[in-house]
Parts: sequence; C-alpha cells; structure tokens
Amino acid sequence: MDMTLILNAMAPEVLLVSAGLVGVTLGAIFREKFATVSYLLAAATLFGAAGLAAFYFEGGVAFGGLVKTTSFANYAKIVSFGLGGMALLLARGFMARHKTLRFEYSLLFIFAALGMGITLSAANLMTLYMGIETLSLSSYVLAAFHRDSSRSAEAGLKYFVLGALASGLLLYGSSLVYGFTGSTDYSEIARFAGSENLSVGLIFGMVLMISGLAFKISAAPMHVWTPDVYEGAPTPVVAFFASAPKVAGIVMFSIVLFGAFGTVIEDWSPIIAIIAAASMLIGAFGALAQDNIKRLLAYSSIANIGYALIAVAVGPELGASPLLLFMTIYGLTSLGLFAGVLTMRRDGGMVEDVNELSGLIKTNPVLALALSLLIISIAGLPPLVGFLPKLAILEAAWAGGYLWLAIILVVSSVIAAGYYLRLIYIMWFREPGAPFLSTDISVKVIVGITAASTIVLLLFIGQLDHATELAASGVIQ
Amino acid sequence: MGGIPILSLLTFLPAIGALVILVIGSITRTQNNNVQSQSIMLVGVFVSMATFVLSLLAYFMSFDPGAAGYQMIDEFNWYANIKYKLGVDGISMPLILLTTFLTPICLLASRHSIKTRVTEYVVAFLVLETLVIGVFAALDLFIFYIFFEAGLIPMFIIIGVWGGQNRIYAAFKFFLYTLLGSLFMLIAMVYMYLQAGTSDIVLLEQFEFAKGAQTWLWLAFFASFAVKMPMWPVHTWLPDAHVQAPTAGSVILAGILLKLGAYGLLRFSVPMFPDASLLFQPLVFGLSVIAIVYASLVAFRQSDMKKLIAYSSVAHMGFVTLGIFSFNQIGVQGAVFQMLSHGFISSALFLIVGVVYDRIHTREIAAYGGLATKMPIYAAFFMLFTMGNVGLPGTSGFVGEIMSMAGGFLAARWVAVAAALGVIFSAVYMLRLYRETMFGELTNEKLTGIKDLTATEVLTLAPLAVCTILFGVAPWLIFNVTDGAVARVLTLFAGA
Repeated sequence: MDMTLILNAMAPEVLLVSAGLVGVTLGAIFREKFATVSYLLAAATLFGAAGLAAFYFEGGVAFGGLVKTTSFANYAKIVSFGLGGMALLLARGFMARHKTLRFEYSLLFIFAALGMGITLSAANLMTLYMGIETLSLSSYVLAAFHRDSSRSAEAGLKYFVLGALASGLLLYGSSLVYGFTGSTDYSEIARFAGSENLSVGLIFGMVLMISGLAFKISAAPMHVWTPDVYEGAPTPVVAFFASAPKVAGIVMFSIVLFGAFGTVIEDWSPIIAIIAAASMLIGAFGALAQDNIKRLLAYSSIANIGYALIAVAVGPELGASPLLLFMTIYGLTSLGLFAGVLTMRRDGGMVEDVNELSGLIKTNPVLALALSLLIISIAGLPPLVGFLPKLAILEAAWAGGYLWLAIILVVSSVIAAGYYLRLIYIMWFREPGAPFLSTDISVKVIVGITAASTIVLLLFIGQLDHATELAASGVIQ
Repeated sequence: MGGIPILSLLTFLPAIGALVILVIGSITRTQNNNVQSQSIMLVGVFVSMATFVLSLLAYFMSFDPGAAGYQMIDEFNWYANIKYKLGVDGISMPLILLTTFLTPICLLASRHSIKTRVTEYVVAFLVLETLVIGVFAALDLFIFYIFFEAGLIPMFIIIGVWGGQNRIYAAFKFFLYTLLGSLFMLIAMVYMYLQAGTSDIVLLEQFEFAKGAQTWLWLAFFASFAVKMPMWPVHTWLPDAHVQAPTAGSVILAGILLKLGAYGLLRFSVPMFPDASLLFQPLVFGLSVIAIVYASLVAFRQSDMKKLIAYSSVAHMGFVTLGIFSFNQIGVQGAVFQMLSHGFISSALFLIVGVVYDRIHTREIAAYGGLATKMPIYAAFFMLFTMGNVGLPGTSGFVGEIMSMAGGFLAARWVAVAAALGVIFSAVYMLRLYRETMFGELTNEKLTGIKDLTATEVLTLAPLAVCTILFGVAPWLIFNVTDGAVARVLTLFAGA
C-alpha cells in the first residue's frame, strides 16, 4: 500500500495509533510511575496530531475509498485535537487530588481522539461506525473514571446504556440504507438516492441514522442523557465532552448528511431544522431552573448544538463555513467555562452550585472577569467574539429560507441571556462567600487563554473566517 | 484627514484608559482603599477629560460643518463582507460631543457618592463611553449593532451593582427588554445585508428596498429603537432603571443612552425605509402624543423625584419622535436640537436630585420643603433647569420644543395642538416639584443642618447651565452644524 496516500488521508490517526500503542506498552511496564509523564506525552501527541492535520490540510483518499479526508474534516480535526489536548492538561491536578492519577486516563484521550479522527475521515458507513464506537467506548470509560464515586459510575453506566441504544439505532439505520441502496459508500449512496424517488425504506434508514447520530451530539430529542452525565462525570472529563467531541461530532454529522445524503437535501433539511429548533428551546428553557453549574452548562451546550444544526440544515454552500466558525469559538468558550468550574474548590472539595460563585468579583476579581467574558461570549452578546458566528448562522438561516429558525434563534437567545445574566448577577451583585482555594496553573492558564480569546479573536476573525471558508470548500464540491 | 484615524482613536481612547485603570486597580488593591479609590476616580476623570479634549480637537481641526455627507472616515475590511467603518456627519458629531462632555461630569459627580468598587465603576463608565461613541460613529450595520448592543452589559452592571434597593429587578428588566427589541433589529439587518449585498450604511442609503419588505424592516427597527427611546407603551423599564440607578447612571441613561433610539430612527428608519416611515407616520405621531400627554400626567402624580424626572424624559423624547416624523427641515432640526438640549437639562436635573439625595438619602418629595433658604445656590441652579425643562424662552429646552412642534404643525395640526398641551403639563409638574421642595416651611428637622453646594457640585452643574443658556440664546451654533446633514436625510427620504 502506498504510504503517501495513507499519510495524506490519515497522518494524525497514524500518529495517534502509534502513540496509543507505545503508551499502553509503557504503561504496562512502568505502571503508576508513568502516570504523570503520560499526561504530557498524550497532550503532546494530541497537539502533534492537530499539527499534522494542518500540515496535510488538503487531505486525500485511502484504503480503497473507505477513508476520504477533506479540508473540511481536517479543520475539524485541528480544532478538536487541539481542544482535546487542552482538556487533558486541565485534568492532572484534579486527578491527583482525587487519587485517580492513572496513565489510562491520558491513553483514553488518545483513543477518543483517534475515534474522532476516524469518524471525520470516514467515507463509508463501516468506517463511520468504527470511529464512533472507538470514540464512544473511550468516552464511557472516561465518564466512569472515578469508579469509587457512585455519581461517576452512574454517569458512565447511563451514558453506556443509552449510547449503546443509539449505536443500535445507527446500525439499524445503516443496514436499511445499505439494503435499499446496495452500498455503504457515501458517494454511492448519494448517487443512488438522487437517481430516483426516495423509497420509504431509505427514508427510514436515514431517519434512524440521524437519530443515532443526534444522540452522539446531544441534540434534542436525544439529549436526555446530557445533564445527568455532565453532572456525574469528573469535571475535566466534562470539559472534554463539551468541547472536542462536540466539534468533531457535529462536523461528522454534517459530513454524513452532506456526503451520503447530499443529493436529497430537501428531504432531511426540515428534519434537521426541527431538531435544531427543539434543541434551542429545550436548551434555553431547561437551563433556567438549574442550580448545578454543570447541569446548567449541559443545557447551554444543547442549545448551542441547536444553533450549529441550523448551519447544517441550510446545506453545505451556506452552512459549512459558519458551522466551522461557530464550533471553533463555541469549543474554546465551552472548554474555558468548564475550566472555570474546576476552579470552584473549597476545603470540602469541589462545589458545583451556582450560588457558590456569590460575590466572586470581590474575592477573586480576575477569575470573575474572565468568567464574565466567557459567559457573555457564549451568550452571543456583542462585542465579544461569540456574537459573530451567531450572526453568520443567522445570515445562513435567512439566506436558506429558514426565517422561522432565525426567529427561534433570537427568542431562545433572549431566554438564554436570562440565565447567563443570572451567573453574572451572582458573581457581581451578591455578597461574597469564602474564597475558593488556589487552583492548578494549567487551569488558570486555560481560563486565561480562553477568556482572552473572546476579545483577541475579534482582531483575527478575518483570518479565521478565511480559514473556515477554505476548509468549507472541501465539502462543497 | 491626513492618515490619523482620529475617530477610531476617539472611540477607543476611553476603553484603553479603562484597561489601564483596571491594571492599576488590580495592582494597588490594599486593605484601606479609600485613597486608592479617590485616585482611581481622578484617573477616570482625567481619561474622560482627555477624550473630551480630543473630541473638541477632532471637531475643530478635521470636521467641516458645511459638508452634508459623512466625513473623517476610517475603514478597513474586518472579515467576510463586513467592513469596520466609522464616520460622522452633522447629526452624529454633536451627539459624540455630548457624550464626551457628559462622561467627565458623571465621573466627577460620583466622586463622593460611590464608595464601593470604584475601579469597576470607572471602568464600566469608560467602556460605556467607548461603546456609545462607537454607535454614533458606526457606518456599517453590524458595527453599529455591536456597539449598540454591547452597551447593555456595562449599564446592567452599573444599575445592578451600585443601584438602589430594587436594583436587581430593574437591571434585569432593562436588559431583557432592550435585548429582545434589538434582536429583531438584527434579523432585519441580516435581511438587508442579504438583499443589498452590503452592510455599508452609505451604500444602503442608496439602496431601494421593496415596499412590502420596508414595512417589516421598519417595524423590526422600530421595535428596537422604541424600547431604547423609550416610547409609550414600552417605556416601563425606564422609571425602574432610573430610580434604582446611581445618580451618574441616571445621567448617562437620560443624557446619552436615550438618544440612541432617536439617532437610530434618523440614521436608518427615515432615510432607508421612506415608504414605510410615511406609512407609519400617524402611528408614531399617535404614540408621541400619548407619550407627551400621558407621561406628563403620570409625572405629576409621582412622589419620588427621580421617577418624576424619568417620566418627564419620556415626555420630552416624545417631542423628538414628533419632530423626526414631521419629515420637514424645521421639525427634524428641532428634534436633533431637542436631543442635545434634553441631554443637558435632564442630566442636570438628575444631578440636582442626586445632590440632596447624597445628603438626606431620600428622594421623596414630601421629605423636603423650604430648601431655598438653606441652599440658595442650589435653588438657583434648580430654578434654571426647571425652567429649561418647562421650555421657557431663553433656554435650550424652548428651542427644541417649539421647533419640533412647528414641524409637527406643518405635518399634521392636531399633533402640534396635543403636544402643546404637554408643554403646559410640564410646567405644572415641574413647578409643583420646585415649589414643594424649595419653598414653604422647613418641616423636616433633618434638613436644618443641610449644606449648600460643594465646589465639585458647582463644577458639575455649571457647564450644563452654561450650555442650557448658551444654546437657548444662540441656537444657530447647533443648527449650523446639523443643517446639512438633516437636509441630506430628508433628501434621501424624499428621493426614494
């Protein structure tokens, strides 16, 4: 097999597999001594994989068409691997304090990233399923990583059972699609689907696949697991869940729809639009009643996935570039917010009630300011950078003829502003409580970087927009 | 204009100052922070004074009052098709000057009344100043929106942190009301951008939107601007916000933020959607008259001084919309003049209330009486601004009101007649306020030891008094500047 072809298409995955296997070997030999090193090694691997994705940005085809990497996929790889590496760096101090500093944690990150890479490069339903399962299985274990904590174990189990159900849906859908088109290859499916009237079986297959994939990105109505898993799983793991796999997941979702079903866009577009609307509204209303900050942010992520799905619903020409722009900025902000949750530590351990943030502006003004910036940005309020991708999506919605989605976006943004403001209100207007304990340097750095990015990216939005346009051209042809 | 992006400099100077103050503030955090907060406040005053000087320089050095179009343009491509573009004309320049003029006064006025979290307070004010200048200078739809909307956050914090007892409710009400209004405007902006293929305001003014579309666009913009103005019946956030805001917050709110809505109507609704503007003229006239009459009557019934002035603001902004929608030179000129004049007078009245509030800590009218004997200088200032608010000839309030009404008279007589009623009512409630607080017996024993104005307070009120009289006597100083730009807006209105 020609090595250059493989490298063009899958260079980051080759690195991830190699590093993962080396890691497993080293772990087997050195056991616990390897734990600390493994974090650095794995983070370096993830950043390296992001670098490779950037280096081979154009992508290519390999393994006889099972794998096809476009610039669109590579962009998502860069972002999600980069976010994954940052999420990994967040975890070390937390894990050490909870006496779960083990090398398996970092290796699971590598395998999760591998899964993300494969799903993004998939050009065949088989490859897609393989990638999704690699990602999901790693995620289930990560969610249950604090196995002595019943909450974490519960989160892992819940995630696993429901995830298995979703995988079943996806597989069943895939088999129907295969049965009615005679192929598992995206382009073959697209060619067949476009050539005649859509058969009922194919529609069923498509809808089942969409349902299965919607679970993976926690879009309504398959979102129910999200708040529970986010609440129970260890916070650094949630920081990961809410950033890297979200970016990879929704881009993978759009690659499947644009690729395999690109010829019948008018058949799935309304379905996605409804899912988007439901996600936005459920996310906005659901968060209103939450006092646990992790649950609140879980609903916020559901709402944000709803915004991103608008960009999917309008199709590749209008939506691909805004989708990438939105997910990049969302991923960064979301990671920053969960890093912020990691700073909420008192003598008795981590605290998660939003009221614990009371008067943070007095006890820790820098942290409060950073969190305020992140919150305002994720609420999509100008002038911070979070507003711009929302504007791009609003434009795409109008141009794609989805005025009603644009209006729901606006209305849900106002509702969402209500609970985001509540956080600001608690931090700024309430009387202060006891200060938080000092936190790890990596957490501070990541909160700082992400908060600064809400302003700094305003200056570089031109370059970023250019990059997403370039990346989007890979999916449009 | 010689390569110096003077308008961008002017816009971002307060923000840069805010950043510096933030750094100084976090370095010098000490246990006893009384001295520190005083000096932070002084740095803030200094930065805002520097901005004022820069705006004067910009006005005298590079602004040509004779030109009708936009000048001092700064632009570069930001991203996609969105340009960062700033520029001013004869309407926006005076409003920018008003902003830079009022901000130092606000900070100076808060020197003794704000004692907690001074750093954040000054930073919020300076950031707000940047954003407001940005709104007046923006020449791109989305840049305008960004500045317009971003002002909500600092104002939310100003009301919520340093406000009165019910401040949280007021802050949320203010925020969510205005946000909902603006987001509909955003949808409309996206539509305009997609239709015209540009978000450049100068190009959009030339673009003709289809009649049917204009109606919807106009309504979406109006939803946002009417809340900001605020017009009846979406004015209810204003009295709450005013009563709960600190004195300087009220000044900024009344003096500057209320002008954003009217400015938006002049910049977007009238020149870009002329057919719809004409269609909705009776609606706006109706709402303006209701605002003038109804708000005046409500003001008369208030027992809280700040609420009274807040309702009087609603009434006075009614004259502004009345003038704008008369669509003739005299009416629109009057509206712009009224915006500026209201900026001086209502700001001054809020400061006046703040003076006694700082001393007695109540705003109940009933708690006062007979102050004139104890505070003669105060009484004199109060009298001047009361007369200004009533619209007495010789004060700037008169010019704005009479011209708006004259414009309204040319457009539809009944409007002018009804609005004239409002002028009478304003005399009723203002004179009642003045009589009950200044004259009569000293009933409240707390008042016996009350002191007259301090030097700082005189320093804050005197410039406003000068402006009120100066522009009342010599209104052409403003008309010369606004004339060309107003004529241009009306040409755009008529041309389509």
